[in-house]
Amino acid sequence: MKKLRKKVYMTAGYNTISLGTGRREFHPKKPRPGIEHYIKEAGQGTLKQIGGAKNVDEGAIGNFMAPRFNRQGNLPGFIPMIDDELQWKPCTSTEGACGSGALALMSGIKSVLAETADVVLTVGVEVQNTMKAIYGADVLAGAGWYQKRKNGHAYFFPGQFSERAGAYYEKYGMEYTRKGFRRWFRNAIENARLCPTAQEHENKVKDLDALYDKMKPNGKAFVDNLSVLDCSKVSDAASAIAIVSEEGLKRIGIPKEEAVEIVGWAQVERNITNDPPDLTELTTIKKAAKEAIESANITIHDLATIETHDCFSIAGILATEAIGFVKPGKGAEFVAQGNTARDGIIPMNTTGGLIGWGHPTGGTGVHQAVTIWEQLTGKAGEAQIEIPKDRPYGMTINMGGDDVTVVAIIYKRG
Amino acid sequence: MNYEERLQNVTVLGAAGKMGSGILLLTAVEMADISFKPENQTKTYVLNAMDVSHEGLAGLLKYLKVQILKIAEKKTVLLRKIYADRTDLIENKDIIDQYVFDVINIVRPVTKLEAAYDSNLIFEAVSENKDLKVKLLSQIDSNNPNNPWYFTNTSSVPINVVEKEAGLEGRILGFHFYNPPAIQKLVELIVTDKTKKEVVEFAKTYAKNLRKIIVPSNDFAGFIGNGHFMRDSLHAITEAEALAKDVPFVEAVFMVNKVAQEYLVRPMGIFQLIDYVGIDVVQFIMKVMNAFVTDEELHSSLLDKMIELGVKGGQKSDGSQKDGFMKYEKGQPIAIFDPDKKEYIPISEFKDKCEKKLGPIPDSKISWKSIIRRPDKEVLLEDFFKTLKTKQTFGAELAVKYGKRSNEIGKKLVADNVANNENDVNTVMLTGFFHAYGPVNTFFD
Repeated sequence: MKKLRKKVYMTAGYNTISLGTGRREFHPKKPRPGIEHYIKEAGQGTLKQIGGAKNVDEGAIGNFMAPRFNRQGNLPGFIPMIDDELQWKPCTSTEGACGSGALALMSGIKSVLAETADVVLTVGVEVQNTMKAIYGADVLAGAGWYQKRKNGHAYFFPGQFSERAGAYYEKYGMEYTRKGFRRWFRNAIENARLCPTAQEHENKVKDLDALYDKMKPNGKAFVDNLSVLDCSKVSDAASAIAIVSEEGLKRIGIPKEEAVEIVGWAQVERNITNDPPDLTELTTIKKAAKEAIESANITIHDLATIETHDCFSIAGILATEAIGFVKPGKGAEFVAQGNTARDGIIPMNTTGGLIGWGHPTGGTGVHQAVTIWEQLTGKAGEAQIEIPKDRPYGMTINMGGDDVTVVAIIYKRG
Repeated sequence: MNYEERLQNVTVLGAAGKMGSGILLLTAVEMADISFKPENQTKTYVLNAMDVSHEGLAGLLKYLKVQILKIAEKKTVLLRKIYADRTDLIENKDIIDQYVFDVINIVRPVTKLEAAYDSNLIFEAVSENKDLKVKLLSQIDSNNPNNPWYFTNTSSVPINVVEKEAGLEGRILGFHFYNPPAIQKLVELIVTDKTKKEVVEFAKTYAKNLRKIIVPSNDFAGFIGNGHFMRDSLHAITEAEALAKDVPFVEAVFMVNKVAQEYLVRPMGIFQLIDYVGIDVVQFIMKVMNAFVTDEELHSSLLDKMIELGVKGGQKSDGSQKDGFMKYEKGQPIAIFDPDKKEYIPISEFKDKCEKKLGPIPDSKISWKSIIRRPDKEVLLEDFFKTLKTKQTFGAELAVKYGKRSNEIGKKLVADNVANNENDVNTVMLTGFFHAYGPVNTFFD
């Protein structure tokens, strides 16, 4: 079933800036662009590279909570707003919390495989600085089961992952673990500095380790086991990418070398009404990564880079274990030793990830695909890492909720 | 009657005023926190917001809503625990809204003094008029069967005078908040010879629960804060008047104001501070204090003249600055009042000329804003003032003279037994006036 019956490519990625604290353009009290602006900028950014909207057969848009952040539903209607020539074409939207973006990618991939489209314009967007963080936490809590909200933390999701961090501390030691977190944070900021659209692009802190050590978790003001430096950003941003068949590539006039081929994927869902089976393991990600790697018929050692869903530093550490680089409990050490840094064994989140680049929740999955496309095709600018000839693969892991909706995709240089 | 029982029925007099509204807010939050305790949930808590102005009370409720919302947003983690049993309150928003309602629900806006006849504690924050204070407090006291305690927020009237004239023996103390009470950490605590121990103990607990810093001041008109501020203002006024013999008045005001803010590294210029407090309030406090001092004259004919011309400063009900010595746009001074021409002259017309006359600031990187939160500010200030003293510029001369005078005022407050020690004087200026350093220092020796 997973054997692809047709070649599928992604190309022509585009990211808006990730706006929020950290960017000099961001003023909490001044008016900011709305969701329309981001959809339009990202969509047009991709259309320009593929010969315009006339080449597009279909549109897909990933978003999590526009109905609450922006009082806006019916997002497919915004795709024809990007360009008049998209009017009357089929469009769809996907929602799976912070995994919404990858669901939009899957929607596009499946349309191409089903031969109902050769070119799908895929957008991911979230504009969440419309409210203070304390109310944003209510909105984002929708990624969990509503019946758990009452007894959850004021900052619901940081609370969930704080419990995961606490469980990991207990099992393997707090100091040991936080060394891994600290390095994860440092990598995120250092990578973001190399990417002009990243929210932490202008971060000038000289000693990131010292800053990290200074910010101790404080349960009275925030959550017990994480500080804000362990958390992803609150972001306004959109990303777009074209998902195309071989025929589609010809139509838009882009050579294969400027595209990435989708060689495998996995889409895995966990019952949201259950608690995670093990707080120190990202079980769904583990299944998804394994399945995706198998479907591509490669091993994790063939990967040159990974974009993983580090909504919190603990999720980054646990991902290294879930993907299979190290045994349970060794992830913190693996990261602390620099193995996931841009010059490490397996560079992860090379433009900053969710902590450094930003986390426009429903848009993140598409942003991850754009980053992998840039890296594998040599378009990552200053953030470019070396892609070894014998390891031409990349992977994205996008997660919705607490390890609930997960999509893993394997990409190969075209 | 224990602490919590005492706070079951409270009245704030002058609740719609600048100080009264802040006191009301803090007290409402404190009372609400007590009411949430399981053992208190069946009791009713009453906080009378007494003011003669209906308009003011309407504004007060708006102010309370905004402020309590801010407080609730900051302590939502705790509030979720307080409302854990309320199954109908699920999201942060539900909980925050309920808290705002529960705090406001304690407040009873009233215009009649009779409301205070049931209270156990009365905060007095009416205007700085001794006779009015005495009249209100004695009327309450003769009709209230609870032998209530009185906390007066006066910043200038000696407490023992009110105590005696209103017949409140031992049941009154000065509890002087700084403006705005919700933000400023300082409270000056003034007791009389007769104030009962339990009243003082209560005041200390109450201040602690409000996270305020108490500085004891002795019962002399003006206490520590205004004792310094009024004399400091008079120094600035005298300097400006002397300067005005050589340059136009507006330039003199501009220069002295700039020296106080930038050369002395203060949060705002002295004339801006006078405007902030209100020229009429400053004039009035000087008058009250002057009646109690013998070795100096606390009076300014310049202030009298400004008031006569209807130029008063102070703040509008929304907290924005009214025009006084200076005219303001978005909180920043843009023009200065010329009492002869009776009009504001734009600062841009004479700014360059004045700055040239003052000469360059020793280090433009040092400003109040840039150093106030730095742990090494003492060292930075030491260096800054050391350089300042070596400069031969007019601005530096004015600044050093000003700094010395401020020092002298601080020391005299201790010599006159208004403050118990120099440290208390410095604490008041650091926490009540947000100065970056205390007036008693060695910077200008």
